Amino acid sequence: VEIYDGSFGTKQATRLLLRAGFGPRKGEAEKLAQLGLRGAVTHLTRPRRESFVGPAPVDDKGRPLAPYDAFGHDHLWWLDRMVRTSRPLVERMTLVWHDWFATSNAMVGSQRLMLDQNKLLRRESLGSFASLLHDVTIDPAMLLWLNGNRNSARAPNENYAREMMELFTLGADQGYTEQDVREQARALTGWTNDYQQGYGPVNFHFDPRRHDDGPKTIFGKSGDFDWQGSVKLCLANPKHPQWVVSKLWGYFVPTAPDAETQTALVGLYASSPKLEVRPLLEAILMHPTLYEGPSLVLPPVVYTASLLRRLGRGIDTTSWVSLGAAAGQQLFYPPNVAGWGSRWLDTATFLARWSLAANALKPFQLDPSKGAAAPDDPGRQITAATRLLGSPAPRKETVAALGRFVHGTLADAGGDAGRRSQYAVMVQNTLRQLIAVSPELQVA
Amino acid sequence: MSIGCNEFCRAHAGAGLPGIEPGMPMPAGTGLTRRSFLLRSAGVALAVYGGGSALRLAALEDGVASAAAARPGRVLVSVFLDGGADGLSMLFPAGDTRYTQLRPALALKPSTGLPFAEDNRLFWHPSLASLATLHGEGKVSAMPAIGYDHPDQSHFTSRHYWQVGATDAHLNSGWLGRFIDHVGTDANPLQGLSLGYQLAPQLATSSRPVATLDSAQSYDFRLNGVYGQPAERLRAAVGDLAHHDGSDAGIATAASTIVQSAELRFQLRAYATNRGGAPAGVAYPATRDSFPQHLQTLAGLLGAGFPIRAVAMRASGSYDTHSAEAQPLTQGLKTTADSLLAFQRDLEARGIADRVLVHVWTEFGRRGKENASGGTDHGAAGPGFLIGTRASGKMIGQFPGLADGSGLDRLGNLVPTADFRALYASLLEQWFQTDAAAVIPGAASFSRYSLLKA
Repeated sequence: VEIYDGSFGTKQATRLLLRAGFGPRKGEAEKLAQLGLRGAVTHLTRPRRESFVGPAPVDDKGRPLAPYDAFGHDHLWWLDRMVRTSRPLVERMTLVWHDWFATSNAMVGSQRLMLDQNKLLRRESLGSFASLLHDVTIDPAMLLWLNGNRNSARAPNENYAREMMELFTLGADQGYTEQDVREQARALTGWTNDYQQGYGPVNFHFDPRRHDDGPKTIFGKSGDFDWQGSVKLCLANPKHPQWVVSKLWGYFVPTAPDAETQTALVGLYASSPKLEVRPLLEAILMHPTLYEGPSLVLPPVVYTASLLRRLGRGIDTTSWVSLGAAAGQQLFYPPNVAGWGSRWLDTATFLARWSLAANALKPFQLDPSKGAAAPDDPGRQITAATRLLGSPAPRKETVAALGRFVHGTLADAGGDAGRRSQYAVMVQNTLRQLIAVSPELQVA
Repeated sequence: MSIGCNEFCRAHAGAGLPGIEPGMPMPAGTGLTRRSFLLRSAGVALAVYGGGSALRLAALEDGVASAAAARPGRVLVSVFLDGGADGLSMLFPAGDTRYTQLRPALALKPSTGLPFAEDNRLFWHPSLASLATLHGEGKVSAMPAIGYDHPDQSHFTSRHYWQVGATDAHLNSGWLGRFIDHVGTDANPLQGLSLGYQLAPQLATSSRPVATLDSAQSYDFRLNGVYGQPAERLRAAVGDLAHHDGSDAGIATAASTIVQSAELRFQLRAYATNRGGAPAGVAYPATRDSFPQHLQTLAGLLGAGFPIRAVAMRASGSYDTHSAEAQPLTQGLKTTADSLLAFQRDLEARGIADRVLVHVWTEFGRRGKENASGGTDHGAAGPGFLIGTRASGKMIGQFPGLADGSGLDRLGNLVPTADFRALYASLLEQWFQTDAAAVIPGAASFSRYSLLKA
């Protein structure tokens, strides 16, 4: 697979951190750039022990989060990991799998089961797709979400069987028929659970009496397949590797790979013993298109985490839950089994991003009535605002727009010294906000 | 505070349900796309759900215009009392001997409320004097105990049932949404209109577009710590961020969204200053609560001939009154009832009252016996009202009384004397003159009520 051989500086390292993580903390892109392309990529794909940088997450009253119990704290708990982790690709890939095997707590109704699933996705985040699919298939949240727990010999339920092929392993109408859906559903029968009054679903288990042990024919092969057989058949389907490659590539690069790259990646994946994800990721993250091709709009939760990382701020408010929902992404509540998709921006979600940025910047806001010192010079104003945000490099068009704003506002202030210093403070507050919502900070 | 189920409630509601998932038909769950656009003719920003992303926003504006050109149709307004309202306080049975036994602290005195003319056991809550007025004019049909068999006492599950029009946890389109799917068009999102920030689940369609109306003022680029002239400069600067050289697709996407957003805000401000008030003599309650404002907005849109068929919104107040319920109930009910009276008068002044019927509902009523905290816990059958000049003005179902075994079930909850699915089927047939079977699962198995004046 082709490898990027251009220069690997702060710009490229920043893009890598935003595509494969949640963006740089102050100085992080510069440090990563020093490792060179290969060093930087393996730093992400073969991370050392996990550690967390920065203050532990709290709610608005300074209390620890209750991710299993309090509504929205599941979102905050994960957002905190995204902000503070030393293993950003692990979290980013966990997010990819959450979108890939999109399960919503709107149906599952248990933050505990959703977080258990999250743990599973994280454990296999850079590992084997075969293990991942195997474990997800019998994960309690997934069993509830796609009715795997109601699929019995007497009353087969095709929900999981269909989505396993259409969305998880093969792609719509790729390598299976409607008859295969029915037969897969039969193979998957047998899982069930109990309900404990006042607690909810418990004791997810395979009950042989609910399993259809008759012969099935799937993808033209006959046998007494059970759920493990069903999973293996999907993984062995010739259409599977190309589906995984195209879909995974799409999370990191907005344009499709050329045929040669696609073929090489399929070979890399299919020839690995347990369908390993890591080699694929390394190839994608080192590919020239990632660095030379068009940029990608950041998902709302990535945008939020990137601002907090730039600002060095931890989780200290529950606002991120409703703001995330308004921007189109509340973790653990994907809109449907197909995940969030990638069309994040419209007039409503842009206004939500405006609020996200304003909230991220709130603790740093200067008080105009106190006449805090702010430079009375456009260039220094812009530099100061940029520095607070970890010194991203604004586009020349943005710098010009910011310059027009500063000139206009300072002209409004006229010669009155008091008003001039007050307006200068408001200029500083505004510049930070405008930079944070500028196109270049919403994409990578 | 009276509110018992806090943010933790949702997690609990999901955890304790045997054999059933508390599926909420979030609009997103239907796979509907959400986009927003400015309906220029109304001067409002709409969030549009569904209709297929291929349908351009300009086509929706044309669709509204062409639907408006047709003869105006009947309108149903669904008003939700959020939390499970205490029907036994709203029409309080001071004439039932068990009332003061069950409600030693909360019982209202008959002298405080107007008598309910159709049943001498019942009295209107003092805060519902406005509804009593409309009832006296024959414009309110009261449902003292509406519900369903095998009542579910989870807010989310019971609310879901009412929203989808069936006791089915898996149905994910709303009953009014299916009505719109059945009779609506592909290009008129106003046919199903939510007032508030999110699409009301009862309006979630499978395919046809429906809309949510945010207030025009809410679409703005505000920033704490920036005010006066600099705030105006800031608003102007947002759109200025969108210049780009066209070399990058991601930047182009973000930039074009920024341009659209800045343009939307600019246009909205022009229209927001330019909208008519209520007709002379009509006064909505002066409060920060959004309910009277939503009703006033709706009356204006209906008066202007916009092609609206089904509307949904939340009433004023929160009704999950597990503790110290008297005061918040008084306040919420008063704003709600006074707003509904103002809305009725507004429609009458505009000469369109015959076209509009309001349905007030709640997910369940509350327990007959009060609890030890001066409140009441989740019950079964609850209160409901149909309001409008065309409403029959006669009770739907009876008040079942408070006797154990006949009026109250074995858990001490009011037994239903009317079924919400039967009500929906009757509304569809009599008000909308449409086939109830196409909207309500098993419609044929429910009885029908006579809802309208002859």
